[in-house]
Amino acid sequence: MITDKKISFKFDGKKFFGFEGDTLASALIRNGVFLVGRSFKYHRPRGIISAGSEEPNAIVQLESGNITEPNVRATEIELYEGLNASSQNNWPNVNFDFGSINDFLSPFFPAGFYYKTFMWPPKFWEKYEYFIRKAAGLGKSPKEDDPDKYEHFHYHCDVLIVGGGLSGLYAAKLATKANLKVLLVEQSSELGGEKLNVDYVQSALQGSVDNVLETSFGISLVNELENLNNSNNLKIIKNTTLFAYMHNNYLLACQKIKNKNIRQIIWKIRARKVVLATGSIERFLTFDNNDRPGIMLANSVRKYFNYYKVKPRGNIIIFTNNDSAYKTAIDFYLNKIPIKAIVDVRKESKGDLVRKARNFGLKIYFNHGVINTKGRKKINSVIISEFDEKLRNTIGKSKKLSCDLLCVSGGWTPTVHLFSQSRGKLIFRESDATFIPDISFQEEISIGACNGTFELDDIFEETFNKMKKLLSEFGKEIQDKNREGVNKIFQDKIKHLWVVPSNKYFGKTKMFVDFQNDVTAKDIKLALKEGYRSIEHVKRYTTTGMATDQGKTSNINALGIISQFSNKQIHELGTTTYRLPYTPVTFGALAGRHVKEFFDVERTTPIHQWHIDNNAKFENVGQWKRAWYYPKEEEDMHQAVNREVKATREGIGILDASTLGKIDIKGRDSSEFLNRVYTNSWSKLGIGKCRYGLMLGDDGMVIDDGVTSRLAENHYLMTTTTGNAASVMSKLEDWLQTEWPELKVFLTSVTEQFSTISVNGPLATDLMKKIFVDFDFSSENFPHMSFKNIQINSISCRVMRISFTGEKCYEINVPSSYAKSLWSKCFELGKEFNITPYGTEAMHVLRAEKGFVIVGQETDGSVTPIDLDMSWIVSKKKYDFIGKRALNRSDTIKEDRKQLVGILTKDPNLVLEEGAQLVEKISKPPMAMIGHITSSYYSPNLGRSIALGLVKDGLKKKGQTIFAPMPDKTVEVEISNPVFIDPTNERLSA
Amino acid sequence: MFLINCPYCGEREQVEFNCGGEAHIARPKNPPDLSDDQWADYLFMRKNIKGVQFERWNHSSGCRRWFNIVRNTATDEILKIYNMGESPPNINGDDPNTPSGEPNIGSGNISSTFNKK
Repeated sequence: MITDKKISFKFDGKKFFGFEGDTLASALIRNGVFLVGRSFKYHRPRGIISAGSEEPNAIVQLESGNITEPNVRATEIELYEGLNASSQNNWPNVNFDFGSINDFLSPFFPAGFYYKTFMWPPKFWEKYEYFIRKAAGLGKSPKEDDPDKYEHFHYHCDVLIVGGGLSGLYAAKLATKANLKVLLVEQSSELGGEKLNVDYVQSALQGSVDNVLETSFGISLVNELENLNNSNNLKIIKNTTLFAYMHNNYLLACQKIKNKNIRQIIWKIRARKVVLATGSIERFLTFDNNDRPGIMLANSVRKYFNYYKVKPRGNIIIFTNNDSAYKTAIDFYLNKIPIKAIVDVRKESKGDLVRKARNFGLKIYFNHGVINTKGRKKINSVIISEFDEKLRNTIGKSKKLSCDLLCVSGGWTPTVHLFSQSRGKLIFRESDATFIPDISFQEEISIGACNGTFELDDIFEETFNKMKKLLSEFGKEIQDKNREGVNKIFQDKIKHLWVVPSNKYFGKTKMFVDFQNDVTAKDIKLALKEGYRSIEHVKRYTTTGMATDQGKTSNINALGIISQFSNKQIHELGTTTYRLPYTPVTFGALAGRHVKEFFDVERTTPIHQWHIDNNAKFENVGQWKRAWYYPKEEEDMHQAVNREVKATREGIGILDASTLGKIDIKGRDSSEFLNRVYTNSWSKLGIGKCRYGLMLGDDGMVIDDGVTSRLAENHYLMTTTTGNAASVMSKLEDWLQTEWPELKVFLTSVTEQFSTISVNGPLATDLMKKIFVDFDFSSENFPHMSFKNIQINSISCRVMRISFTGEKCYEINVPSSYAKSLWSKCFELGKEFNITPYGTEAMHVLRAEKGFVIVGQETDGSVTPIDLDMSWIVSKKKYDFIGKRALNRSDTIKEDRKQLVGILTKDPNLVLEEGAQLVEKISKPPMAMIGHITSSYYSPNLGRSIALGLVKDGLKKKGQTIFAPMPDKTVEVEISNPVFIDPTNERLSA
Repeated sequence: MFLINCPYCGEREQVEFNCGGEAHIARPKNPPDLSDDQWADYLFMRKNIKGVQFERWNHSSGCRRWFNIVRNTATDEILKIYNMGESPPNINGDDPNTPSGEPNIGSGNISSTFNKK
C-alpha cells in the first residue's frame, strides 16, 4: 500500500523520489520516465507496459558491484531508500543508443537472421561470434563475490495455496477452518490480488457504485486470514514467487527478504494437495509500431492509478477488443481524468461496462483499430482507421489522434504456467481463446482466473465446490457456503484480431509480438513461409516466447498469428511447453548456503596444522587436503621433491598417510569374505601378518588395492586407496547385504578414528626403537609384512611393517586424538637422523622408482591384473572371486592388450608429460597409437627421468625403442622393466 | 527430488539415497560354467524402463541398508518398498500413467517389451 513517506532512488544515475509502497516501475512512471530500456535486437526505445511479473520491457540491472542482479523486472522491485538501478542493453545510454542503428537496418534482420547469415562460411563464425555475443544478452552478471546470504527452507504442508487473490484466500480460509496445515504463497507484498487491489478500489472510494459487497467481503477475508496467519496451522509468505512445480507435489518458491543479511530464501515445499490460484495476465494487441514507450496494458495503467496512485496525464486513448478495458475508462472518468477516445475493434458490445461508458458520454470508435503510432522515444499520436467486414483491411480515410498514453487490451490469458509445469493437460476454450487446465496430473486443483473463471460469483462457487471435494479427501467436511451473493457483470464477447490490419505493405510493418526478443508478426509469417509448421519449431526459429519473460504477454498472440496465417485452428496447433522457472531465479538463491567452504566438504587430517606451520603446499585428493611437498626457503617444487625423495632413501622420510581408507572387518566369515572380494587367497594368512590385495569389479577390472592385516582369527583391518575409501566400503556392503546375506561379517569404517604415520627409510628402525623403547624391532620378531599392537604411554598403536616406497617402513596407526603429538615426537626423536617430512609428490616418485602402481593412475577402469603384470596375485585355485570369470572373457584374454611397462627416455634429463601418446613409428598424422604414459617423474636417486606407461603388448616389447610425438618434438623412448630400484627387495627386508 | 520411505529409518529425501539399478539380478553361482555371452548379460544388460521398474536402492547417507523399490520412472511414484531377498511383488502395469500427451515409450528408452537374448 502506498504511503506518503518519500523515498529517494536512482535510475541510470539520475536521482528521483517515489513513495513507500512503490515499485521501481510505479515510481518511474510517477516521475514521467517512460523510456526504460532498449530492445534486444533492434535497440528500439522501450517503456514499461505492465505492472507485474509478466513485464517484458522494464528489465533492469539492480544495484552494482558485488550485489548487482541482472534481468530484474522493475514492476516487481519494491522501492527502498537509496535503490540504484540502471537500464540494460544500451550503450552509451538509453537516450542515445549506439545499437539503435539496428532499427534502421531492420529489413536485414529477419527471423533466423543469425542462423542464416553468420553461420556461413563456417570458419567466419569465430570472427562474428565476438560481436554477436556482445550485442546479444541483456543484463550483466556480477563479477565479484556476493556478500549476501541465501537460505533454503524446507516446508511440509497439507495444502499449498499459490496466490493470495480472493480465490486463493477463500480456499485458504476453507482449508484452515478444516484444521489442515496450510501454506499460502503470495507473489506481491499484499493480499487481495487484482480484484481487491485494482478492480474494486474505485467502488470502495466512490461508495455508491458497483462491487461494494464484493469489496467488503474481500477486505474482511484479507483481515480474517491476516489474523489467522502463524496460528491455526496457517502460514502466509508474501513477496514470494512460486517458480517451479515438480514431481510428487514438490514445489519451489523464492522469497525476497528486506533483511540485509539474508537476501532471498528458497522454499522447498512438499504439499499433499496444491491449490493453484495464480490469476491471469492481460494480452497485448499486435499492430504497427505497438512498442513505443507510453503504450501500456489497459489494466496495468488502471493498477498504477488505483493501487499506486499514479495519475496519468495528457491524452489517453484506449484500444481494445473486449469489455475489460472499459473498466479503465470508467475509473478514470469517475476521477475526472479525461479519456480522449476508446477504439474498439468490435462492431458493438452490449456489455454492462460499455453501456456505462456510453452513458458517461465517452467517445467510442467501434469497428476501428489503431493501425500505427508515432513518437520516437515516447508516443505522441496514433493513427486509427475503420475496418472492412472481415477485419482484414482498413477502409476509408485514416485519422490521426494525438496521444500520450495508449492503453491496450487484447483479452486475458489464464496463468497456467504452474499447472503446465505439473504436467497437467491444457484444453483450448474457443470463446475467449484461452488455454485452461483440463486433466490434472498431480494432486492439484486450479481455481479462479487461472482456471478461466473470471467473475467473482463464479469463482466463489467454483472454489467452494472444488475445495469441498479436496477437503473430503482429507476426511474433512464443509457445509456452510458462508458467502454473500454478489452482482454479476455481464461482459460481451471478445473479438480476436490477432493481427490488426494496416494500410501499409505487411513487410514494412513492425508489429511486435514478443517484445523482449524483438519478434514481429512478419517474422512469424516468414517462418511459416519458409516451411516451419510445428509450433515448437516456429518458436525456436523466431525465438518468440524464449526470452526471460517466457512470452507471458505474447505466447497466445504468436499462436493466434500462426493460426491466422496457416488457416489452422489454435487447438490444432497446440501450445509450447511452459518451463520452470516461472520468473528468473538467481544462482545465489539456488546455491543457498552451499558455497565456498560449504560447497564441498573439505577433509583434513589431525596433523594438518603441523603441515601448515611447516610451509606445506597442499593438493586435493578427493575431499582431502594432503600435504604435497614442503619447500624450504628458496626451493621450488622440483628441488623440494628431490630433497624429500633422497632423504627418504638415505635416512628417514615421514608421511602423513591418515587419509588412507581403513575398514575394520569382523565376524565368523571374514576370511571367506576377503577370499571373495580379493583376487588372492586369505584363509592361510597368519594372525599378525599383512597381505597386499587387488580388488576387481565383476568385469575383471582393477578398482582398488591395499594391504589388509589379520588382527585376530576373525578380525581384519583393510586399507583402501584414499579416493576409493567410500566407494569400496559401499560396494562391500552391497555384496554382503544383497548377494551374501549368509556371511556373518561386519564392516566398520575407521578411517577417521586412526591416523597413519608412515616412517620410511634405512634408519626407520632406529627411530622406531626410540619411540617404542621396550619393543623388539628385530626382523625376526617383526618381519616385513607383519603387524604388531605396540603400546606407548598406554596408548595402543597398530603398527604394520609394510612399504609403499621400497624402503623399510613402519605404518603407525594411532588413535586420531594422539596423532599430532606422536607426529611431533617423531621429529623430536628423529632429529639426529635428519628426519624429513615428505608429501604426496615425493610419495609418487618413490613408489614409481619401485614400480608400484597407483589405482586410478596406472589403471583407468579398463586394466586387469594381468595387464599390470600382476598375475602372481590372481588365485588359480579359488573357484570364484569377484572379477574372476571376466578375466577369461574373449576381450580380456586377447593378445595385444595394453600392459604396464617402464618407459625410459633416451635423453635422461627429459621428463615426459603424463598422458603423452606412444607410437611405434613416426609417420604423417594420424599415427596408430599403441599406448600412453601413466606416470612420469624425475628420479633423484637414479639421476634421470623415469616413467610408467600402458603399451600394447608391452611385456613382449621390453628393450624396444618407440616414440612419444609431442607438439614441438618427438621423444625417443625405450620400453623397460617398471621396477627401477631394488628389484630384489633387499632394502625392504634389511 | 522425491521422498523415499526407508524401511529402517522412515521417510527421507531422495538425496540421502543411491540407486543401484535394476533389482533381482542375482550373481550367478557357477561363473566358470557360463559362456561369455551369458556373463556379459549378467554384467551389462539392464532394463531402463519408462514406467514400472524394479530397482535396488541404498540409504547411503543414512543406515547404509539396501532394499528394493518398485518405482514408476516416468512419474517417480513409488509403488512398493520391500526388503532384499524378498521375491518381487506382483505389480502389473508396464504401461505407466505417463504425463499427459506423452508416449509410453520415450525416445532413446529401451521399450518395456525389450527381451534379453
